[in-house]
Amino acid sequence: MTTVPKIRLRGVCKSFGDKLVLDGVDLDVMPGTSMVVIGGSGSGKSVLLKCILGLIEPDAGSIEIDGQNVLAMDRPAREAARARIGMLFQNGALFDSLPVWENVAFGLLAQRKIARAAAKAKAVEVLGQVGLAGSVGDLWPAELSGGMQKRVALARAIAATPEILFFDEPTTGLDPIMGAVIDGLIVDCVKRLGSTAIAITHDMLSARRIGDQAAMIHKGRIVWQSDAYGLMESGNPMVDQFTHGRREGPIQMELRK
Amino acid sequence: MMLDGVATLGRAALGTCRGAGRLVLFALAGLSHIVRPPFYFRAFFRAMLDIGYFSLPVVALTAVFTGMVLALQSSTGLSRFSADSAIASLVVLSVTRELGPVLAGLMVAGRVGAAMAAEIGTMRVTDQVDALSTLSTNPMKYLVAPRLLAGLIALPLLVVIADILGVLGGFIIATLKLGFNAATYLGNTLTFMQTQDVVSGLVKAAVFGLLISLMGCYHGYNSKGGAQGVGAATTAAVVAASVLILAFDYVLTELFFAR
Repeated sequence: MTTVPKIRLRGVCKSFGDKLVLDGVDLDVMPGTSMVVIGGSGSGKSVLLKCILGLIEPDAGSIEIDGQNVLAMDRPAREAARARIGMLFQNGALFDSLPVWENVAFGLLAQRKIARAAAKAKAVEVLGQVGLAGSVGDLWPAELSGGMQKRVALARAIAATPEILFFDEPTTGLDPIMGAVIDGLIVDCVKRLGSTAIAITHDMLSARRIGDQAAMIHKGRIVWQSDAYGLMESGNPMVDQFTHGRREGPIQMELRK
Repeated sequence: MMLDGVATLGRAALGTCRGAGRLVLFALAGLSHIVRPPFYFRAFFRAMLDIGYFSLPVVALTAVFTGMVLALQSSTGLSRFSADSAIASLVVLSVTRELGPVLAGLMVAGRVGAAMAAEIGTMRVTDQVDALSTLSTNPMKYLVAPRLLAGLIALPLLVVIADILGVLGGFIIATLKLGFNAATYLGNTLTFMQTQDVVSGLVKAAVFGLLISLMGCYHGYNSKGGAQGVGAATTAAVVAASVLILAFDYVLTELFFAR
């Protein structure tokens, strides 16, 4: 088994004005692993993903994909590295002005320059993989329920068979059954593609279903990392307080008095 | 106390410079993507439809009524000096040089500039712009460049139609209400209309079209803070485009006609 992590972060820092969001994040994600990053609201989870994706430029540190520091790459190389990543956004982020099939095939059309007819056929095939009928392809995103939108967003993320998949709060806003369905689809997709995945969530059930590995981020730092199986009995006071949702503990919510 | 005032003034000046700098860099980036592949023809044609075709009714109505009012008003004024025969020249010069491009620009700014800012702003606050980046698509190339090019091309086409309809509006009033002979009026119109009048109007229209698209894209692209942010971006896009149209109208008029 290779020892080079698929994704390696060292000392990643990011501030917005005087607010320090990432404070020297170190994280290794091995190939084929599903890493779940948990943490409270505003702990820097989404910023972390956006830094790896290149949507936000970190102030310091290094981000390596397959041993290559993406922050040192020129623009075309970074765009090529980004093309290997699929992303499921928290609210789906489907393009309102395009029908569902074109949303799913957007990356294929952009990257591979395949014909529209072939792209539509591929989109229908991928929609089937996330449990949606081909006829859904001709609908508009606004015509879909929240769960269906998430599935379409998942289909879009996996359509170009990416090596790396990111999931930002994949079950937020869904009922428990639909949440379980989406988690199941995510696990299936990651296994079928053999991708490396990072999911960020504060849904503990979802975290245990999706993740092989888990890490907790607090105040911009990774404070714990281990197998996802041990998430609920980590022995780490911060993780235990978070996973069990206790008011009392080392994590103090900043409430305005 | 006085130093506080100076500091506030200084901060405002620096903020304005920063904003202007950001806008210029945004415009240069957007324009540079117009000539660099890949090209998004579908996005361009959609923008052409939005800016050109769907603005046609409002621009046409504005032009016709403006031409009619112009003929009526100039008749009232010119008849005092027994200079009624100048109505045709006054209408055609006013419409082609000024009113056609300016009124079409203001109408399109209200209709299209706002829609552009709202659409791109909504895409920004719902992560759709980030999603484009993750799907190997440069948002500047996909969202901004086609709209800038469409604005540059569509508004002159609209103004050609506005010029014709504006003159037609004047013609209708002059012949049906003021008793002018149709052939004489048209003859006067063609005699006094010069190529430079029409060309200057079309150049203005191209500049105004670019400004409208630029303001819509810039404010939408940089919107933040949810629905309120998108609303603010929409307002800012329309106000900025309208003011810039009037300011650039003066500058271009100086360039074309100042002696």
